[in-house]
Amino acid sequence: MNESGRKLLEVKGLTMDFGGLRAVDSVSLTVHEGEIAALIGPNGAGKTTFFNCVTGIYVPTKGDILLHPQGEQTRRLNGLKPNQVTEMGLARTFQNIRLFGGMTVLENVMIGRHCRTSSGIFRSILRGSRVREEEQQIVEDSYYWLNKVGLEKYVNEFARNLPYGAQRRLEIARAMATDPLLLLLDEPAAGMNPYETSALEVLIRRISEEEKIAILLIEHDMKLVMKISHPIYVMEYGKKIAQGSPQDVRNNPRVIEAYLGEEVEA
Amino acid sequence: MKIILRDFKKSLLISLWFMFLTFPLVVVRVNTIENVVVWRWSNLIWVAAGSFFLSYLWRYMLARRNRRRKIAEEGVETRGRLQMLLENEQLRNRVLAILLALALVFPLVFDTYQTNIMVTALIFVVLGLGLNIGVGLAGLLDLGYVAFFGLGAYCYAILNHNFDLGFWFVLPIGGMIGCLFGVILGFPILRLRGDYLAIVTLGFGMLFRVIMENWETLSSGPSGIANIDRPGLFGLEMTLAQSTTYIYYIMVALVVLTIIVTNRLKNSRIGRAWIALREDEVACVAMGIDMGRTKLSAYALGAFWAGMVGVIFAAKTTFINPASFTFMESAIILSIVVLGGMGSILGVILGAFILILLPEYLRAFAEYRMLIFGAAMVLMMIFRPQGLISGLRQVYTYKGHKTHVGVKEQPINE
Ligand SMILES: Nc1ncnc2c1ncn2[C@@H]1O[C@H](COP(=O)(O)OP(=O)(O)OP(=O)(O)O)[C@@H](O)[C@H]1O
Ligand SMILES: [Mg+2]
Repeated sequence: MNESGRKLLEVKGLTMDFGGLRAVDSVSLTVHEGEIAALIGPNGAGKTTFFNCVTGIYVPTKGDILLHPQGEQTRRLNGLKPNQVTEMGLARTFQNIRLFGGMTVLENVMIGRHCRTSSGIFRSILRGSRVREEEQQIVEDSYYWLNKVGLEKYVNEFARNLPYGAQRRLEIARAMATDPLLLLLDEPAAGMNPYETSALEVLIRRISEEEKIAILLIEHDMKLVMKISHPIYVMEYGKKIAQGSPQDVRNNPRVIEAYLGEEVEA
Repeated sequence: MKIILRDFKKSLLISLWFMFLTFPLVVVRVNTIENVVVWRWSNLIWVAAGSFFLSYLWRYMLARRNRRRKIAEEGVETRGRLQMLLENEQLRNRVLAILLALALVFPLVFDTYQTNIMVTALIFVVLGLGLNIGVGLAGLLDLGYVAFFGLGAYCYAILNHNFDLGFWFVLPIGGMIGCLFGVILGFPILRLRGDYLAIVTLGFGMLFRVIMENWETLSSGPSGIANIDRPGLFGLEMTLAQSTTYIYYIMVALVVLTIIVTNRLKNSRIGRAWIALREDEVACVAMGIDMGRTKLSAYALGAFWAGMVGVIFAAKTTFINPASFTFMESAIILSIVVLGGMGSILGVILGAFILILLPEYLRAFAEYRMLIFGAAMVLMMIFRPQGLISGLRQVYTYKGHKTHVGVKEQPINE
């Protein structure tokens, strides 16, 4: 949680319209290197839509999405295809788990390595030594991530047969396999029991510290958010209504109002 | 036990009901000439026994299927013995080697007629494997696949007819043309999914036939192109029987090539991308896979095999016309893939043999042929909708070194 880090992702005035509905209304947000930032807000606030815009699944109506990779030129991500955004270094998970159910757990993570490897059709058919080496490297790297999220015992299971909590962690492993600069997690704790949630907390911390990457987190579990993230951004009806440290956000009257009836206290 | 008893009772009731229903038809016969009624009680027994047996079998199979499904839903995986065996690579290779040996001696043992049928079956094996790339692996439903097959066939027919080009020269060209049109037709359908994709590809398939029927100068219309050269072998003169055997061996070689290539692709970076695309398109692109390129490559590669085998088809029959490339053929190829098991190479081979050879050898029951065929397909979809062979897992071995970040770490405790 070093606030003084360099800017990594800078979103300025992001707006997304669906017909007449303005799902995201000029939201600005900055994630610094090494940070675990959080984006919270009541249901339907536009958090997932914000993610979808940043990762290229939707083309935003207005606004700028800028990525500042270390030692490289700033890149504008607007209008890039999702796979290009991933190549630039943004990886994400999904609120409604989207694994490749008919593939094994290991293969799911191997897909994450796709954009960092290069064997094409002809080389794959010939299967020379370089291709075989690359394949083996993909397997090793994928194992590394399965070990890290604690799924090594499921390697050859079909992903659809995993327990729910394990599926969420597999999504994280798959995203991390793309070697991202920034990891975007959409409600990673949804549907988890308290025990699984605390394991997740440890995992997120470890990823942030050991991999030295930034994390942007959407989460409804306030306890988790308040514990691990700094800055927190709050959205309501598409607009950003607050931002700051957990302490600031917790005491912000607008946030309390937005969450009326929901527990903000950690 | 209770369930068995209940099924028993139900089957008994069903057989009684059938006895009642069929009684006037199978038991009573009025002989109008001698004015007597003949009671054929033995028929009644057959009906009773038959309907009881079938109904009981039906119930047993249904119960078994439901039991399996329930177990699967509880998260415990049921793996059939066959699946386990097939996942064993050594064993799988041995099975393939035996099949290859059988294939090689086939024309020496059987006559030209049988060999000819086998060539047709092998043609459909390659078509099935080609379509399997798009439909089975990448999940792109294609109802007009036969167009690429026809494209290859017409490519050889026209080039041979007008420019006297030989079989071996045109064979790769046929594949290339298929590939090229795969890419050209692939572009407009990149954004389509599911039903829409099916309709558009169906249109492509129809389009091909309509063009070939009407573009008289190029394709001589519905009357087709005749006297296409058979494959040559250093200018050797061959009898019909020899030529059939020759084509047979060419087909065996092509099948082997197709199996090797598709198998390698399936277990490669490209193949995994295809499968991921089939499983979840949004997640697939979000993981950094270029959807357009992946779809096009699957589509084009599938078309490549169809184009190639089309050339062989034209050389085998020496006569082609648009009627050989109807929707019926597309449907059969698709059935091969679905019956065999989407994405499974072994399954597709099995599917092709069943769907092509069975009707051939069922000619004895000519009238009931299609009935049996249809019933078999319906039963198949009820009891094994995932296809004959499915759900095989690719297992990768982990050597435990060279991780990109360094040391292997302690997993997080659950
Ligand atoms: N593709 C779409 N087309 C039209 N409207 C959409 C679309 N996606 C989202 N919306 C609308 O945008 C608004 C914001 O939705 P979004 O999913 O971003 O909320 P959220 O903050 O992620 O909520 P939750 O906490 O429930 O996940 C909702 O009113 C939703 O109905
Ligand atoms: Mg959401």
